[in-house]
Amino acid sequence: MSRQVYLDYAATTFTAPEVVSAMTPYFTQSFGNPSSIYSFSENNRKAMAAARQQTADVLGAAKEEIFFTSGGTEADNWALKGVAWRNRSKGNHIITTKIEHHAVLHTAQFLQENGFEVTFLDVDAEGRVRLEDLEKAVTDKTILVSVMFANNEIGTIQPVAEIGAFCREKGIIFHTDAVQAVAHVPIDVKAMNIDLLSLSAHKFYGPKGVGALYVRKGIKIDNFMHGGGQERGKRATTENVAGIVGLGAAIELAASRMQEASSRVGKLRNMLIDGVMNVIPHAKLNGAPVGERLPNNSNFSFIGIEGETLLLDLDGAGIYASTGSACSSGSLDPSHVLMAIGLSHEQAHGSLRMTLGEETSEEDIRYVLSVLPGIVERRRAMSPLWEDFLKNTQGGK
Amino acid sequence: MYSEKVLDHFQNPRNVGELENPDGVGQAGNPKCGDIMKIYLRVENEIITDIKFKTFGCASAIASSSMATELVKGRNIDEAWSLTNSAVAEALDGLPPVKMHCSVLAEEAIHAAINDYRRRKGLPVLEDKVYDHEHDHAHHH
Repeated sequence: MSRQVYLDYAATTFTAPEVVSAMTPYFTQSFGNPSSIYSFSENNRKAMAAARQQTADVLGAAKEEIFFTSGGTEADNWALKGVAWRNRSKGNHIITTKIEHHAVLHTAQFLQENGFEVTFLDVDAEGRVRLEDLEKAVTDKTILVSVMFANNEIGTIQPVAEIGAFCREKGIIFHTDAVQAVAHVPIDVKAMNIDLLSLSAHKFYGPKGVGALYVRKGIKIDNFMHGGGQERGKRATTENVAGIVGLGAAIELAASRMQEASSRVGKLRNMLIDGVMNVIPHAKLNGAPVGERLPNNSNFSFIGIEGETLLLDLDGAGIYASTGSACSSGSLDPSHVLMAIGLSHEQAHGSLRMTLGEETSEEDIRYVLSVLPGIVERRRAMSPLWEDFLKNTQGGK
Repeated sequence: MYSEKVLDHFQNPRNVGELENPDGVGQAGNPKCGDIMKIYLRVENEIITDIKFKTFGCASAIASSSMATELVKGRNIDEAWSLTNSAVAEALDGLPPVKMHCSVLAEEAIHAAINDYRRRKGLPVLEDKVYDHEHDHAHHH
């Protein structure tokens, strides 16, 4: 078998073997329903309490502030709808950004269709929200600000602490979708004045299908799932015990490795960026400079080539990556994030995201750097856009 | 997702490139939608003796261009004009529904090139079918 290089860790990670081991007993042996009062289920109640504590510890929260969900999307839905419905009498204005994940974006649009006013803030060319834009957007009807911690496509880290401090001072609830950031960069919900935070286990070597919403003590939100008394009555359904145990084990493990992992991965990522920018002519790095973006994220545009073409050629070479091109999503428009940072349609269609992780090696990066320039060159040679681009740049403006 | 034929024509596209002093050049698509096709024709005695293409777009756009050029090469320009997008898609063993517009683009680019040839020859320009690209896309959101 030829070489396989997985560079889509932002899409999902494998589940760490230690995490799988921690989960296994909760499928076959300790399978009792945590709501049952007999002693057989006591172990499960304890395991969930431990996972809640592990999650809280990593965020600087208390375990009573952690509510388990089915993932990041549910946590985002709950945060936005829960705050909106609960605070309807106080106001109907919500502020978010143009670069949120669809879990926030589409939820905000749903609320818009249901009587709420939503402001979608612009970002700068590197994908950063400007505090002055937020300040200007606030009205006396604003009940919620939702700004992601770090962007999933371009990796740009937002000024979360500044936004948190501002919202706290104004008495506005602040939610952050931290799905890409948790256990990758340091987060302290207290120091950063975060009221609600979404996370998802499969982004930090935990299992898919489990996540959490942090809700600061004193913040009231409407219940999300109606039914039994699970999650203190706020989110009914028999708990995904094994998944929750997996989340707890994964977040603890990832947080303990974070410093070392992000420095190792960051170096490889920088090597990838330098290699691409030095070798491939007219490549563009999308997003913030290294140091202001997630350590594992790289995102490029290659003018003249469409992203799906790149992905399939890379796939043919055993390299798995992602793109913001419309052709890969089946919709007409390319990535809303790349359009929000001011890319042209051609640049957005020609984007390539490579996100590194635990199993990425220096050899992998060298391999990518040995394959990618040839792919770009070959596809550009058959592109009429590249031909036009060369004519325009060589002929002067 | 793609048939083997699509992947073959994507990985090994036929008739890629440009022609020096072509007898007709046509282009279809726009960067907004993410695909542009450019077709170069060499025509001798009304027969397409050579054809080349350049395409910016996804795998199915490149495969459609490649297949369309194969289908019209050696044909009389009137026969070439009657090549339909569904014939291109069929020759590729089908395209996913969201990618059917790529075959439309191939038909349009060939039509544009033939009309360019006709214009140069002083022949009347033929009327193209009108495709609603937005509509074509919108169906599959």
